[in-house]
Amino acid sequence: MKLNLRIWRQDGPNDSGRLENYTVENVSPDESFLEMLDELNEKLVSEGKEPVAFDHDCREGICGMCSMFINGEAHGPDRAITTCQLHMRRFKDGDTITIEPWRAAAFPVIKDLVVDRTAFDRIIQAGGFVSVNTSGNTIDANALPINKADADNAFDAATCIGCGACVATCKNSSAMLFVSAKVSQLALLPQGKVERQERVLNMVEKMDEEGFGNCSNTGACEVECPKEISLDNIARMNREYLKASLSSEK
Amino acid sequence: MTKLDAKIPEGPLKDKWTNFKNNCRLVNPANKRSIDVIVVGTGLAGGSAAASLAEMGYNVKAFCFQDSARRAHSIAAQGGINAAKNYQNDGDSTYRLFYDTVKGGDYRSREANVYRLAEVSANIIDQCVAQGVPFAREYGGLLDNRSFGGVQVQRTFYAKGQTGQQLLLGAYSALSRQVGKGKIAMYSRHEMMELVVVDGKARGIIARNLVTGEIQRHSAHAVLICSGGYGNVFYLSTNAMGSNGSAAWKIHKKGAYFANPCYNQIHPTCLPRTSEHQSKLTLMSESLRNDGRIWVPKKMEDVEAIRSGAKKPKDLPAEDRDYYLERRYPAFGNLVPRDVASRAAKERCDAGFGVNKTGEAVFLDFASAIERYGKEKALQEGEDTNNMALVRELGKEVVKAKYGNLFQMYEKITDDNPYETPMKIYPAIHYTMGGIWVDYNLMTTIPGCYALGEANFSDHGANRLGASALMQGLADGYFVIPYTIGDYLADDIRTGEIPTDTKEFDEAEKEVRDRIEKLMNNKGSKSVDSLHRRLGKIMWEYCGMARNEEGLKTAIKEIRALREEFWNDVFIPGKADGLNPELEKACRVADFMELGELMCVDALNRTESCGGHFREESQTEEGEAMRNDKDFTFVSAWEYTGDPSEAKLHKEELKYENIELKTRSYK
Ligand SMILES: Cc1cc2nc3c(=O)[nH]c(=O)nc-3n(C[C@H](O)[C@H](O)[C@H](O)COP(=O)(O)OP(=O)(O)OC[C@H]3O[C@@H](n4cnc5c(N)ncnc54)[C@H](O)[C@@H]3O)c2cc1C
Ligand code: SF4
Ligand code: FES
Repeated sequence: MKLNLRIWRQDGPNDSGRLENYTVENVSPDESFLEMLDELNEKLVSEGKEPVAFDHDCREGICGMCSMFINGEAHGPDRAITTCQLHMRRFKDGDTITIEPWRAAAFPVIKDLVVDRTAFDRIIQAGGFVSVNTSGNTIDANALPINKADADNAFDAATCIGCGACVATCKNSSAMLFVSAKVSQLALLPQGKVERQERVLNMVEKMDEEGFGNCSNTGACEVECPKEISLDNIARMNREYLKASLSSEK
Repeated sequence: MTKLDAKIPEGPLKDKWTNFKNNCRLVNPANKRSIDVIVVGTGLAGGSAAASLAEMGYNVKAFCFQDSARRAHSIAAQGGINAAKNYQNDGDSTYRLFYDTVKGGDYRSREANVYRLAEVSANIIDQCVAQGVPFAREYGGLLDNRSFGGVQVQRTFYAKGQTGQQLLLGAYSALSRQVGKGKIAMYSRHEMMELVVVDGKARGIIARNLVTGEIQRHSAHAVLICSGGYGNVFYLSTNAMGSNGSAAWKIHKKGAYFANPCYNQIHPTCLPRTSEHQSKLTLMSESLRNDGRIWVPKKMEDVEAIRSGAKKPKDLPAEDRDYYLERRYPAFGNLVPRDVASRAAKERCDAGFGVNKTGEAVFLDFASAIERYGKEKALQEGEDTNNMALVRELGKEVVKAKYGNLFQMYEKITDDNPYETPMKIYPAIHYTMGGIWVDYNLMTTIPGCYALGEANFSDHGANRLGASALMQGLADGYFVIPYTIGDYLADDIRTGEIPTDTKEFDEAEKEVRDRIEKLMNNKGSKSVDSLHRRLGKIMWEYCGMARNEEGLKTAIKEIRALREEFWNDVFIPGKADGLNPELEKACRVADFMELGELMCVDALNRTESCGGHFREESQTEEGEAMRNDKDFTFVSAWEYTGDPSEAKLHKEELKYENIELKTRSYK
């Protein structure tokens, strides 16, 4: 197939950026979306031009590095997949595809389609952990049985890959789905219960400080999340936050 | 030839690690505050090491090339992590895990290291659970296990198909906690470009900020290389796009010996390559071989009909199918170890029986499993077991519950429904057992420079068992290095901060700047990827699943020519003072062009077959791998002398005092 691409090009954080047009030919339906971009880039290099910068690594949908807004949707038209899992059979000959970076004040563009998501790391640093040292001097793993349903729910929340699609999708650029996934995982497990109050307060405070917006419950994030992280987590985090705020002087 | 000293502690095998811990020197807490440690890599090995050392009080600087420490390729591990917990009460023990690992490695690993690994394995699970890693559980709330990789006990802990992700996020959370406390300075989107050696000791690195292009000096009292494996030398592999061998190669060139570079693992169940533009290969978990049967057609006319689409695989009657693993290895059938299964697939495809257009694919068929499970279920539910449509429906449900996410992943990539038609699979490069030589303390031949995780050579011999890499990475980082590094740093308590305005740093920085400048100003015509792809082809052809003298010699010649072509004709657009992915790739591929040659040199030297290394000259009449214990029971540790082909071989003799060397047989 032959496709028309409109791709966001931006030299650096201070450049204003623009959409540029490209065409790619002989695209096979079995190629992945990123392989299609690889081919475009090889063509650009062979013409002595700068290729399109984009983030990617595992190309298996697990590292959370790839991050493209394709035709107005985070990670493209399919549900429950990342950009790297999208395949060209999803498109038709002659289609025009618009590719943009994540857009959010807290995720400044570094170059072209690459954005800075270190705000997510800083939120985890504020409390997304259990404060145990790694010495191994702890109780036997089976000394603490955990109800299977809680363990499974904690696992589901823990599958978040930190890609930021939820933020990019949200009209308020809220990071609630991401933050609530971590808060939920640890609130559901006995190991996380000791610090649950400080955790949620600290993480939410950091989230606000980083410039993410408020949640107005549109639910768009859940729809675009490649790991299908549930909105229930946001509800759980709100409860945790309320409880923690009431019982703390903070 | 110098003798390598592995510094294995005295005493009986089971007491060595305890003895070491009781007698090693320590650094007191106040002194730790004045000692800096650099950790390159934040995968399971680096992430766990950085967190542990920071908790102990050292000042840690951690580096990764991704935008976040959480994205190291450990994240992609699917199946699970081994530990000798014996929760299933099926006779597992430290000794048994040790024994399985040494045997699985085809008797080419160091006993003392493997025993220590088995010994600390149980603790890893305790640690991870304490951190909140959500392992799979049974209804009673206790941890669940699965079996893996041809061993006879159930010792694999898992978190659905995302074990690596959950373990890495555990290590990342511990690391993040220390970043929050100011004990770790985290440098993401930074790449180590060079090691700095001062007075024979590793004292720092030169790094490049990948966003701004800035070249930086970082000093420390010790440097840990936790940069993962070098499987991407083959271009196509199950590794991530950015996985590379450069950090390891850079320290090799500064004096660290490279051990067993030719030991690479080829995983039998990956998606086949389909076209030239393919960028990577995807793993389908080993667990599928529990229920899938592997076959190709018996007759060439059927092969052709299937390739052209004239016949569907499921229409081929059983008598026209060659279930070649079951035929050749009746005792283990489809569950032979990875190296054996991979070679058998290659043998059939080389004979012309590959089932896709490229001729490099075999079937992994679930039809029998679906029928078998369906019948069981129909019987249980009191349904008619002769109603085949119903039986198949019921069977599909069972298979879906077991492998649903893998089947879905397969369908997304190939657009084929594996419930209806067999999967097509082919072996692919997956893991590198070889790596930087380290002693018992995980120190390389450069004092103060350590290698952990897949980057070192230590525990898996010539073949790694499934679910053992995650175990090793975390053992190295959480439990080994915190002790062994103190023994070295005890001498550094009075050293004070290492200055970076010295001639050693000047020189190292200059080397980096010169290399970058050379690449940027090389107004060539070829893209990095096109050259990398060609290197991959040479490696796969001559140093892949089967190797022979003539092929390896050809490969060395071709790689040398290609390397020259690379330096003459590679083209890198853009600038060096900003984000430039082409430049990043070029720096890594330049190193692969040398490392690939050393792999061939090593493969040429080792005229026996063992584990993942199969020399065609060394096989039995039936085509099975033949080890040569008399001449090759050693680790090949290569010293860089200016040219990979001139590398100097040092041998570490392997002594087996607790295990008797045997021939592996799966017949
Ligand atoms: C698809 C797949 C599935 C697997 N499944 C399993 C499994 O089920 N069980 C199992 O036991 N093993 C499995 N393995 C193997 C296992 O995942 C790896 O061997 C292990 O995770 C490697 O960990 P590591 O910490 O050594 O390296 P990695 O996780 O690869 O981390 C490397 C780190 O080094 C950094 N780095 C590299 N070079 C530089 C540089 N020059 N400068 C700065 N930073 C650098 C990277 O940014 C990264 O942080 C699997 C492997 C793959 C590919
Ligand atoms: S919640 Fe979903 S969309 Fe948001 S970062 Fe996590 S995986 Fe990505
Ligand atoms: S590249 Fe890793 S999730 Fe897409």
